[in-house]
Amino acid sequence: MTIETQTQNMSVNNFEQCLKCSICTVYCPVSAVTPLYPGPKQAGPDGERYRLKNKAFFDEALKMCLNCKRCEVACPNDVHIGDIIQAARIKYSTHRPSLRDMMLANTDLVGTMASPFAPIANPVLKLKPMKAVLHGVMGIDKHRTFPDYSSRKFESWFKKEAAPKQSQYSKHVSYFHGCYVNYNYPQLGKDFVKVMNAVGYGVHLLEKEKCCGVALIANGMPKQAKRQGEVNMTSMRKAVAQGHAVLTTSSTCTFTMRDEYDHLLGIDNHDVRDSISLATRFLLQLIEKGEIKLAFREDYHKRVAYHSACHMERMGWVPYSTRLLRMIPGIDFVMLESQCCGISGTYGFKKENYERSQAIGKGLFDQIDEANPDCVATDCETCKWQIEMSTGTPVMNPISIIAEALDVEATRELNK
Amino acid sequence: MEKELSNHYDVIVIGGGITGAGTARDCAMRGLKVLLVERHDYSTGATGRNHGLLHSGARYAVTDHESAVECIAENMTLRKIARHCVEETEGLFITLPEDDINFQSTFVQKCTEAGIRAEVIDPQLAKIMEPAVNPDLIGAVKVPDASVDPFRLTMANVLDAQLHGAEALVYHEVIDIIIEQGRVVGVKLRNNLNGEERNVHATLTINAAGIWGMLVAQMAGVKINMFPAKGSLLIFGHRVNNMVINRCRKPANADILVPDDAVCVIGTTSDRVPIETCDDMRVTPEEVELLLAEGMKLAPSLGSTRILRAYAGVRPLIASDDDPTGRSISRGIVTLDHEKRDGLAGFITITGGKMMTYRLMAEEVTNLACEKLGIAKQCETATTPLPGSEPKVETKKYSFAQKAAEGRHGTLNASIDSGDVTSDALVCECEGVSVGEVRYAVTKLHVHNLINLRRRTRVGMGTCQGELCACRAAGVMCGDDTQKAINDLAGFMNERWKGMQPVAWGDNLAEAQLTARIYQGVLGVDRLANERRVECYEI
Repeated sequence: MTIETQTQNMSVNNFEQCLKCSICTVYCPVSAVTPLYPGPKQAGPDGERYRLKNKAFFDEALKMCLNCKRCEVACPNDVHIGDIIQAARIKYSTHRPSLRDMMLANTDLVGTMASPFAPIANPVLKLKPMKAVLHGVMGIDKHRTFPDYSSRKFESWFKKEAAPKQSQYSKHVSYFHGCYVNYNYPQLGKDFVKVMNAVGYGVHLLEKEKCCGVALIANGMPKQAKRQGEVNMTSMRKAVAQGHAVLTTSSTCTFTMRDEYDHLLGIDNHDVRDSISLATRFLLQLIEKGEIKLAFREDYHKRVAYHSACHMERMGWVPYSTRLLRMIPGIDFVMLESQCCGISGTYGFKKENYERSQAIGKGLFDQIDEANPDCVATDCETCKWQIEMSTGTPVMNPISIIAEALDVEATRELNK
Repeated sequence: MEKELSNHYDVIVIGGGITGAGTARDCAMRGLKVLLVERHDYSTGATGRNHGLLHSGARYAVTDHESAVECIAENMTLRKIARHCVEETEGLFITLPEDDINFQSTFVQKCTEAGIRAEVIDPQLAKIMEPAVNPDLIGAVKVPDASVDPFRLTMANVLDAQLHGAEALVYHEVIDIIIEQGRVVGVKLRNNLNGEERNVHATLTINAAGIWGMLVAQMAGVKINMFPAKGSLLIFGHRVNNMVINRCRKPANADILVPDDAVCVIGTTSDRVPIETCDDMRVTPEEVELLLAEGMKLAPSLGSTRILRAYAGVRPLIASDDDPTGRSISRGIVTLDHEKRDGLAGFITITGGKMMTYRLMAEEVTNLACEKLGIAKQCETATTPLPGSEPKVETKKYSFAQKAAEGRHGTLNASIDSGDVTSDALVCECEGVSVGEVRYAVTKLHVHNLINLRRRTRVGMGTCQGELCACRAAGVMCGDDTQKAINDLAGFMNERWKGMQPVAWGDNLAEAQLTARIYQGVLGVDRLANERRVECYEI
């Protein structure tokens, strides 16, 4: 009996299952560029043993972790290394979030404040003196530019322009647009609505949507993240009860709500988790089941290089987006070797991380320069900022590329 | 590397366990000229094969008042003089539904009589204080138990003995006792690393060889009837508990769970074994089953926690009756003045006792030695801190490895090189041992091979059991002597496997297979090692 319990032993985050092979450290983008970071094995399962002994063994160097989860992808024994590190930060870090951290993390609040002033805020945030102030006073690196705020939020557009038309469809989905679409780049949300409508799906917003909380977790505000997560779960439960899939256009929001809610925040999401999906995955699955068809414009030509965002790798969902893109006849598709771009959400915005962030991404930037595409495609908005800033190449979400290449009328006909 | 030895010592202490080390320290502090000899490495025997429990004495309070009184006194002393070896965890004595709750009041009363602070607490409070404790408990008593690292404690005693002028030799085995005119005048030593033999003379020879003291006495023609009682223990991969957990009942099998460093240890069993088997103790599957089943009653989560190793030690008890279990025998200290007892002058045996009463044992035997040598100086070991346990001054910001090293070496941590990339690089990632710490151990702490290094620094004691660190440590230690490094690695990996083998299943087995693949498959250590040289590693 006792031996049976022993052999089936599984520990919290599988930390005891670590066989010390160190493959995670080989794949860690941070370890590759700095000896100051202990690496995922040491920061994760090794450090955890000592932290269980005494919390004084917590090392603030763990904040160098990008939470990219590439260690978890590499692990042959399913140890949740990234979760162990994030959980340790939540549990043991004595570092209090600064004003900067709070501003970077509170995307909802800052976005709501900035949107009405977008025409003023956008140019001002680009001014050198302003950047110098942000760099010196706030610790936001001077090389970074905040993504433009949109003067009209996606939600406002949707309610006025799109919502009234959605009831004409027989099938429906809910859309978790995320902060980026809402405050910075409503066009992606519009593209999503265009594609879904074309294949015969009505789009609906959730009853109440809050930021998924990824930036709050990363900046040491797990309690607020949990509160917001609970709001999202309540709304999603209602959507799922109506038979809606909950779709997103951001890999990071998706990953956070599917996996981090349960693993790090203790939010019970098991009843909605499987209904949360990235739009590309949802579409590809429908296409493969023969339920929908896409028709593309014949005059569309573009050389597209696909970048695998870290959380796409962790979910194992890269093929959904790439196969969908490859369906577009006019696309000259280049697959970039999978590696972290270095931004990791708000991480790269902090001046203490800037150089490390750029060093991590350098290999990727070189690959993009060499491939010389018309645009880079990726499912993560923060990768977009990083790649655009670092290479000058425009970056598009696969859904925007689909929307751009789509022959809407023909698609509507096919899906009648 | 053979040291110049003196022609004559006041005292030769046989045995590099905690008793011998403590005795060497005490003798040296009283101004005696001391030679400490050990046939293998320090703390190879029972010293390194126990719970690492700094008893409060509560365990013995009901059955053995004398031991309980000794324990609590030494417990308080060691917290002061060996601060860096002790972790003040506190302990619980829990009563489970199957135990007699009436025993608790007797227990508390006897503890109080022995001067042990025993505080009955609400079982609910016990669960908050120690979340790993069996939630079915019906009673709990808090006592001042703690955990102690016997490897560090032994080494600190040796270091202090040396600071007071003592000489110490490891891998030197006493192969004969030299007797002239009815008096022991010295010992014949064999260097176990190169086979050389030599005679060393002393006015007094103190036999502090634990269970092997029986054999040492035999060489002197004196009979000591000892009782080798094997105790097996299991080490778990990480701590499930942060307080010592005991069963509140008469001492029985597997009823103490001790948090030691980054692991926890359940034990022990108690079985009489023949003296011939004491050099190679093996833990049986039945013992593993028993330890695990009983351990789960203290902390149910042990059942689903990875077991790293199984090991066994032999208690050096003096046989006083025919009790087959060995539990009713006093753990009391026995000092045998062979001049009085057997008419053999110049020879004293110190035995019995416990790891944690070593200082008292040392004091007793040193008192006797001083009396014989006409030295009047009083014992100061109870008030003088050991090297590493001096009052702390430094409060700089530490890395993980520096924190871990400070835990191991106390204030001596300051002697470890750090601050440059090489010194700070980790040799052992599980236990946070840096290159600097390995170098320090090699130069200052009598390290001849990887097993010695493990006892000084915890290299190879973590979850990977040497999988990654052994090779790196061998590289740091051996420099260009690759054949030595290969022999050393082979010996070390065999020793690690010995402890893993009784619990080789699940992830531990996967770990062992990966290790075997690395050392045999990739590195070919098994084929390259010189077998004869590997055999000299005690395992």
